[in-house]
Amino acid sequence: MKEYICIICPRGCHLTVDEENDYAVTGNGCLRGVAYGREEAMHPTRVVTSSVRVRSEKYPRCPVKTDLAIAKSDVAKAMLLLDGVELVPPVHRGDIVIASLFCGEANFVATRDIDE
Amino acid sequence: MFDVAIIGAGVVGCAVAYELSQYELRVALIEKENDVAMGASRANTAIIHGGYDPEPHTMMGKLNVEGMHRCFELCEELDVEHKKTGSWVVAFDEEQRVTLQMLLVQGIANGCEGLDILEGDVVRLQEPNLSDEIVAALWVPESGVLNPWEFALAMAEVAVRNGVIFMPNTDVRDLSWREDHYEMGARVVCSGDETTIRARHVINAAGVESDRIHNMVAPPAFEIVPTRGEYYILDGTAAGHVVRSVVFPCPTRAGKGVTISPTIHGDYLVGPNAEVIDDRTDTSVTRSALLDIADKARRVVPDLDLRTSIRNFAGVRSNSTYGDFFIEKSATNFIDLAAIKSPGLTCAPAIARVARKMLCEEGIPMERRVLWRGGRRVIRFKEIPEEERAAFVRAHPLYGRVICRCETITEGEIVAAMKREIPPVSIDGVKRRAGTGMGRCQGGFCGPRVLEIIARESGRDPLCIEEDGCGSFMLIGETKDPTCREI
Amino acid sequence: MSVVETNGKQTVLDGMVAIEMLDKYELIVIGGGPAGLSAALSAREHGLKRILIVERDVDLGGIRNQCIHNGFGLHYFGEELTGPEYAAKFVDRLEGQSIDVLCDAMVLEIIPGEDGHVLRLMSMEAGYCTVRSRAIVLAMGCRERTRGAIQIPGTRAAGIFTAGTAQRYVNIEGYMVGRRVIILGSGDIGLIMARRMVLEGAKVLACVEIMPYPGGLARNIVQCLQDFDVPLYLSHTITKIEGKERVEKVTVQEVNDRFEPIEGTEKVFDVDTVLLSVGLIPENELSHVAGVEMDAKTSGPIVFENGETSIPGIFACGNVLHVHDLVDFVTTESEGAGRAAAEYVLRQEDTTHVRMCENESYISLVIDESVAYTVPQRIRVLRIDDGVRVFFRVKAPHKTPKRIVFRDGERIVASFRRPYMTPGEMEHVTLQRAELDNVSGNELLISVEEIR
Repeated sequence: MKEYICIICPRGCHLTVDEENDYAVTGNGCLRGVAYGREEAMHPTRVVTSSVRVRSEKYPRCPVKTDLAIAKSDVAKAMLLLDGVELVPPVHRGDIVIASLFCGEANFVATRDIDE
Repeated sequence: MFDVAIIGAGVVGCAVAYELSQYELRVALIEKENDVAMGASRANTAIIHGGYDPEPHTMMGKLNVEGMHRCFELCEELDVEHKKTGSWVVAFDEEQRVTLQMLLVQGIANGCEGLDILEGDVVRLQEPNLSDEIVAALWVPESGVLNPWEFALAMAEVAVRNGVIFMPNTDVRDLSWREDHYEMGARVVCSGDETTIRARHVINAAGVESDRIHNMVAPPAFEIVPTRGEYYILDGTAAGHVVRSVVFPCPTRAGKGVTISPTIHGDYLVGPNAEVIDDRTDTSVTRSALLDIADKARRVVPDLDLRTSIRNFAGVRSNSTYGDFFIEKSATNFIDLAAIKSPGLTCAPAIARVARKMLCEEGIPMERRVLWRGGRRVIRFKEIPEEERAAFVRAHPLYGRVICRCETITEGEIVAAMKREIPPVSIDGVKRRAGTGMGRCQGGFCGPRVLEIIARESGRDPLCIEEDGCGSFMLIGETKDPTCREI
Repeated sequence: MSVVETNGKQTVLDGMVAIEMLDKYELIVIGGGPAGLSAALSAREHGLKRILIVERDVDLGGIRNQCIHNGFGLHYFGEELTGPEYAAKFVDRLEGQSIDVLCDAMVLEIIPGEDGHVLRLMSMEAGYCTVRSRAIVLAMGCRERTRGAIQIPGTRAAGIFTAGTAQRYVNIEGYMVGRRVIILGSGDIGLIMARRMVLEGAKVLACVEIMPYPGGLARNIVQCLQDFDVPLYLSHTITKIEGKERVEKVTVQEVNDRFEPIEGTEKVFDVDTVLLSVGLIPENELSHVAGVEMDAKTSGPIVFENGETSIPGIFACGNVLHVHDLVDFVTTESEGAGRAAAEYVLRQEDTTHVRMCENESYISLVIDESVAYTVPQRIRVLRIDDGVRVFFRVKAPHKTPKRIVFRDGERIVASFRRPYMTPGEMEHVTLQRAELDNVSGNELLISVEEIR
């Protein structure tokens, strides 16, 4: 039995998910909670936001995000991949900074423009 | 080889340096911290005391009024922010009224002028927020407030301008007389290196450490009793009008008591208490002391709203078993300006003159420096008259960029501070010179910008810039650098 | 004062001194974050042509620039954006709008006047200027509450930061502020920084919250604390910070229901960094000096239904008015203020309208102990088209359904059901014009009540 706080709406229902019973969800206030509970228990994912180095005096860091949620268990590894990155201006919102994370569909993309 | 080495760059050491810089002498101002005024000189009630409090036969009593006058003069000459607010000592009952009368007589004996005892109702016309229970108060017109660290800095800057060598980060560990001079073994703080300084005369102005320094050359004659005092700073805008002058309760054996005082920045200081502590360097604030101060302060101003506090701090007084300033020639060519407790800040210029006379008596040749350059002028954007600002900013664009939003301090002022005779080495060093970070947000907005300016102007790596004293680094590394991670 | 015109700039002779007064703006917006940007764009959309945004940072975007995490825009754009992306959407819309922007500039003073409001502002680029504008929108945002405001005992070692300042160092300048962190306050900023520090390689030992419930969104409790096994201590606070030059350790204690530390519950944490997330305060120094009437409950200006303050022609929106939780609502609130500013300027030529506005009557929203505050605080019924949105916060958490009731004396004017409410999440309801027309007195009482 695993416990989660549902984050779909501000109500924050306390869910219980039974992995041994086909991930049955209890404690949910609506159907969306069921989907969330099962996802969190079976394959939780997260969008990761961080920053990377930039070769710029004015803007030493550029914020980045994964354009899709990645497996929660891959988050720490994804962060380490950013260490080796140094962007050279100009940078545009949406530019791919690291493509195909862990051979999947998610990329790290820049979330701001840096002109100089 | 120096003619005179001053140990301690607190307000007393700086006043002595200022005094001696006017003579053809090679002077060293030695300080164990990384800046001037890092001890009690920056953590006190910032008051220019009127002179009624100390007993006439004490050094404190003899020097207070002279010091008070000299403080006001020097603040004008050196452009140190100050205000002659006057002060009140309030009485809650007839017994305390008798104390006021005693203080009045004592004040006259010490040379105070204009003292008067007024009835509670009359006092409340001047200070409407004072408690209705106050029956009378002593009015001391010749008193006020100043910026205490700026005072010490200003005197030190003039001294350095005129040839005094300032040696920060230098912790004197031993002192011995060698036939015709003193050898001082010192440890360079932060690097741990050893260094030796030689001087024909030594002046001990080492504050809480002054007994330790004295004991290096003479048998113990006094013991410092470190007495901590804690404070609140209330935001002037949020607190509204509290008091116009400094307000003291009746003094007790423990000291002058919890004071409520306007600061030169438009805020209010509430405090201090008096607690004897073991660790002389312990300037932490404690819950019990802050609650105690709040209680005592609210007796005097019942509606005092301490939720408007923006900062708490504490200072450690150099109280001692001697009970007075210990100003003595304690060994050959060695002068103690030790155990300087309240009213030490007020008396500092007068103490410096005494020290000069004592040096003279020691036979040191004191020739006036012909090209002594005194005086000091600081440009503060806020003080520039409205109609002159446009032209001034056109001519000096850096003064057009506001860095500290709460206090309206501009980049021009910070850069100017970095170029003064004793440049700041830390964020708080800039704070003490330019006034950044002293307002409502306590440096939250300007902190990163000040750091950037210090790095740019000094060429130093931001990671090596301290918040205050030696070793107080704010930042521990860069992001994306695996070597500064905990996990 | 007499006015002389030279080279298109008016020179005002104030007594004997000539002040160069720039008179070219209909609206000046103070602050170029989401609030200011939306207000300016909305004012433009509603007919104003000469607008200036004054921003103190080097770029537009306000605090969003350092909020590199996502979660913004769900309501307004229907997508989840990071802070910089949210801000950029509005900055992009400035393109071609001929709205003037002055960055790295500070407004020093607002001097309200019948003939237009005077601003003194300066920057390195523009110098020291005195500018007059018909209308002003206050959008200065807020500042963080500091350690001094809550009097944490201990030393003043390096390593104590407010969470927002630490966020700036980490996200904008690229510096790590510490290795072993404890966070005071479970508001969203503290929670977000907990995750940020962990992701950058620090160890976050705890998040300490003085209230018995967390301050931030449940989503952040999950994704910032639980995801990283950061323990949350409710009903606890930091009672001592130790360390000579840098923080070395911190003592945490449980508190009773009067928020006093309970003896014997001391826990010591070995940390070198304390991040404070203990509250935000609207930054109203300019408003205060200008004489705008303030609400002690919000620490922001008292406003009418359209965002106008007690001074005609001065409007307020965003965090300077009251601290928001979701930037989406900052945007809609600010669009309203921008539109109101435009209407104000365009109607000033209409003297009948101007005369009507003097002594215009309004309804005051009065709260009881169940409600912390409302924005707006005053409603001029005749100005409302369809309805007015009222924002409010409750004083205590309500985990079961309740209703928010507006009463005119005893009579219920409007009532709204909510399944649950908590102080950390700002609520809003809409009062209809028809409901307000029926109000007989000049006060509306708002309270949280049980459902019958």
